[in-house]
Amino acid sequence: MAEQAVNVARVPLPRRRRGGRYLMPALFLAPATVLIVCFFLVPVVTTLGLSLTDISTMTFRQPRWAGIENYRVLLRDPFLGKIMANTARYVALTLLFNVGVGLLLALLSTAVRERYGGQVRALWLLPRILPPVVYVFIWQGLTREAPFGLVSDVLGVSRNWITASPWTVIILANGLVGASFGMLIFTSAIRAIPHELFYAAAVDGATTLQTVRRVVLPLLAWPILFVSAYQTLSLLTSFEYILLLTDGGPGFYTTTVWALHAYKLALQNYFGNVQFGLGAAMAAVLVVIGILVSLVYLRVFNFRALVGEPRIEVN
Amino acid sequence: MPLLPPRWRLLLVVLLAASLPIVAGMAWLFLSGTFDRVHGLLPAGPPALDNWRFLWQPVGGRPPVSVAIVNSLVFAVLVAAVELLVASMAAYAIARMSFPGRRLYLGLILVLHAFPAVSLLIAIFYILRLLRLFDTLTGVILVKAALELPLGIWLMKGFFDHLSWEMEMAALVDGMSRWGVFWKVALPLVRPGLLALGTFALLSAWGEFILPYTLIISSQRTLMSSYLQTFLTEGYADFGMVAAVGIVYAAPVIAIFLVGQRYLLNIYGGGVKG
Repeated sequence: MAEQAVNVARVPLPRRRRGGRYLMPALFLAPATVLIVCFFLVPVVTTLGLSLTDISTMTFRQPRWAGIENYRVLLRDPFLGKIMANTARYVALTLLFNVGVGLLLALLSTAVRERYGGQVRALWLLPRILPPVVYVFIWQGLTREAPFGLVSDVLGVSRNWITASPWTVIILANGLVGASFGMLIFTSAIRAIPHELFYAAAVDGATTLQTVRRVVLPLLAWPILFVSAYQTLSLLTSFEYILLLTDGGPGFYTTTVWALHAYKLALQNYFGNVQFGLGAAMAAVLVVIGILVSLVYLRVFNFRALVGEPRIEVN
Repeated sequence: MPLLPPRWRLLLVVLLAASLPIVAGMAWLFLSGTFDRVHGLLPAGPPALDNWRFLWQPVGGRPPVSVAIVNSLVFAVLVAAVELLVASMAAYAIARMSFPGRRLYLGLILVLHAFPAVSLLIAIFYILRLLRLFDTLTGVILVKAALELPLGIWLMKGFFDHLSWEMEMAALVDGMSRWGVFWKVALPLVRPGLLALGTFALLSAWGEFILPYTLIISSQRTLMSSYLQTFLTEGYADFGMVAAVGIVYAAPVIAIFLVGQRYLLNIYGGGVKG
């Protein structure tokens, strides 16, 4: 904390040289600063800079200034509307799933004996820590045609479900990973509720459902808002599972979201000549949104309190 | 909730039913790797050693799997090492020293922690080319470690904040250097934090896909994630063999999961990105 640091500075150290007071922090911060400058700050500027040039495979060595040409091209793209709609759909539905299922898991797993609740929560961590490629491969296997795919078996309809209903698979695959985030945050929020409230509700004869609605949910409003805000931003820029599951298809742009389109324009040699500058322009939009929204979060959520204290109790 | 609802056993059944897809997925992976053919979750053929042939012979123009495994191990270990060292040094400075711009630095770390770093990928590709670190393990290791630094610094700062200052003070008064105090007194005391961040960094680097997929092209430097991914895009995939590759790739993760579930819950319950 700040107070502590000030005290530290006031401690009379035996060997204190002139200027040494700032030399030490500089040395300790140097490696982190170099990495953050190289891979956060410079990339932000580079993204914006590249988006204003005509850089592509052909002009990679000598890109020319193009002003806002890339952004004009972007606005003229007839598929831009489709991509924006896809992005909105992806973010909204996945978020709904994440928060809803996360909430449900937190409520249920704290309503049963802790021994079992803890184990179920741990199980839900598995999709999160499993390598994404393995995770997606499992989805591919489960959604195959009959007689191989379990989903086809259970539903009694033989389809390759990734091509038959790509959106459902994308949202479920993302959701099973994302729900654990809300689950853990809501669980610790529920645990932090003073026990007296539950006893009072029980004495007043409230049913379990009433307790959840009138006591627990109102107290969870803030964590729910936090999880929604946080995941909206990460979903907006995430495309890993979509890339692996459908690669934006099947067909033309069916499941292509903004971040995936930017990535493919800039880095995947789709039409022979990658349009690096155009991809950078799309990424620049995300970067600017990312910076603005992070700044707002910092103010609104008093991040210090929310992600601040690392809640790691290691025994 | 401190009061068990009257029908909590029923709720447990609901909870378990909701968790079935995860169990089914894991079961499918192991069955598919073991048997010749699997229908749903039922083996439809004999156990197939042939699924594991990728272990002793390269498959379809790919490098031997050992290359990918070794690269992934090196990658994960070095990412974790760089992250632990760099993050704890910076966190120590922020927690224990006073310097101009300290609040600003802390604010920057917080904003970057919320900022979705993957949106910088296109620029990072460009910068690695300029630095001549494109298509090198060094480059991807630095990028991966850097992108997780805000989280690491924030986490470690919390651990240093909770240490009482007396020990370090005593060491300083006895004439130990600031570096000596950090290395010999403070770091050993935050071992739980190092273990937590280290576990998180190892798991996250081991599974990392999009960075090496984008920033490495030589097959000699391929990681397990890219190695496995090449099978997924094939029109005709031998699911049995690919499942076996997946088992090998996921084995360390599953081992950590089985040994330290409670511990992982604590780590991911903290401020870790989701």
